[in-house]
Amino acid sequence: MKHLTKYINNLMAWALGGIWVFPLLYACWAAFHSSVDATSFDLTSDLTLENFAIAWDQAPFLSYMFNTVVITTLILGVQLVICTLAGYALARLEFWGRGLVFALILMQLMIVPEILIVENYQTVASMDILDTYLAVGLPYFASAFGIFLLRQTFMTVPQELENVALVEGCSRLQIIWKVFVPVARPTYLAFSLVSISYHWNNFLWPMVATNTENSRPLTVGMAIFGAPESGVDWSVISAGTLISVGLLLILFLIFQKQFMQSFMSAGIK
Amino acid sequence: MLGKGILPFFDIHMKNKQYIQAWLLLLPALILLAGFTHIPTIKTIWRSFFSLGENTDIGFVWDNYEFLIIDDVLWQVLGNSFWYLVITVPASIVIALAMAMWINRHMPGRSLLRLSYFTPTVLPMISVANIWLFFYSPEIGLLNSILGLFGHEGYNWLGDPDLALYSVMAMTIWKEAGFFMIFYLAALLGIRPDLYQAARVEGSSEANIFFRITLPLLMPTTLFILVNAILNAFKMVDHLFILTKGGPNNASNLLLYYIYENAFSFFETSYAAALTVLLLAILVILAVMQFGVLERRIHYR
Repeated sequence: MKHLTKYINNLMAWALGGIWVFPLLYACWAAFHSSVDATSFDLTSDLTLENFAIAWDQAPFLSYMFNTVVITTLILGVQLVICTLAGYALARLEFWGRGLVFALILMQLMIVPEILIVENYQTVASMDILDTYLAVGLPYFASAFGIFLLRQTFMTVPQELENVALVEGCSRLQIIWKVFVPVARPTYLAFSLVSISYHWNNFLWPMVATNTENSRPLTVGMAIFGAPESGVDWSVISAGTLISVGLLLILFLIFQKQFMQSFMSAGIK
Repeated sequence: MLGKGILPFFDIHMKNKQYIQAWLLLLPALILLAGFTHIPTIKTIWRSFFSLGENTDIGFVWDNYEFLIIDDVLWQVLGNSFWYLVITVPASIVIALAMAMWINRHMPGRSLLRLSYFTPTVLPMISVANIWLFFYSPEIGLLNSILGLFGHEGYNWLGDPDLALYSVMAMTIWKEAGFFMIFYLAALLGIRPDLYQAARVEGSSEANIFFRITLPLLMPTTLFILVNAILNAFKMVDHLFILTKGGPNNASNLLLYYIYENAFSFFETSYAAALTVLLLAILVILAVMQFGVLERRIHYR
């Protein structure tokens, strides 16, 4: 009886796993077959790389990819600096209004930038920076989530460590850099992976804030590429999709342990 | 409690200095948050009180809010959002829990299975929507081809107003469940094994163990996931751009997408502002409810 339940559980787990990977495997199948063979399921049908070539010619993947990498890096870099400074001040310094400031910052966890696209568009337009990397990044630079995570981590640093640095004559910034940043390394890794996967995949705001391939990231490019109006066939769309997620997927497969652990630890705090 | 009395003889001097330093350190974050969260929120509320169209000097009016009430499309959109929330959130949570329970046992190919559950989560919604669009397409789509094998003529998954929203939901559940599974896995690893051993020694059934030990201990995680899932249900509309564009006839339109349409397709900025205020109000109500639940949880601890 016990064996039977275990067997049934394994079977159900695998069935669900099958359903879950199927769309991705199928996209691979379609990408490597001509559009006629893609829907016929003949395992002996010929493999082809032609779809990748067509897809590559139809969309400027290279500039999209470049834009995505620049945007993701820019956002992460600025976030790390800003969140470190703010997280430190909230965790270690005493000042009037700290509770209020913390509450104001945490508001962003609820009022996420996606909800304010209309007003943020006006802001960015009035700054005359539409269709730039800066425009895509600005609403996300100060991350309440990052500030919160780092604050929690910095609060656990023993006071003695900070005192020693103070007595040695370190400035605040030196203390942050030499004492707090090294201690919080796992938090930085966790936050970075969460931030990278968020902004690599982000769509709504980047679409609103960009108009040309000068700043358009992959997600926005893919939405245009996959639109029925552009008249490409399924195999080509699958190939394009694989091109666009390829780099991310490879990175994920290499670092999957760190990825999952980062999401776990980010969620627990 | 924090940073208090670093060294006694520095105190007075330090207090002033700390005060200034703290604000300087917070300044970049506060300026950006003010510019892209707080001020836009206030400006949205402000803007929602101006009349429809470009004529902004008509002054303070309730037109947009009056229009909210008589806007049939909005009511349809709110209904869609409600069903979307009420179906996708519990479904992805239950599936996530099942995934985590399955993976948390000894079984062949465990890490491969975990990978297949989690992979949809790391891919962009836009890309996976492109793939699913292929499944759902009426003539050559995969789902209809499979139904065709059984002699069924198939459905117009995204074109049929009765089906479109459910088709969108199915993809959402597929995309989200693996993400929530991660948090359940982390929580399951944190449950002390001796609790299970004790229960087994006493001869409790597996079902009993699940409902009496596992589920209650996972409660905090479930709440955390619930909050995230609800917020996600409101802020994630990327797939609509690919799958249905809110159609047919708004049958799969969700609130944020409707805001987007009003602002950027119909150029009804003030009405979009009123809709945004509505969305903000919903989120505030949810936050208050969540706060109430969390408070109670702390009490019975």
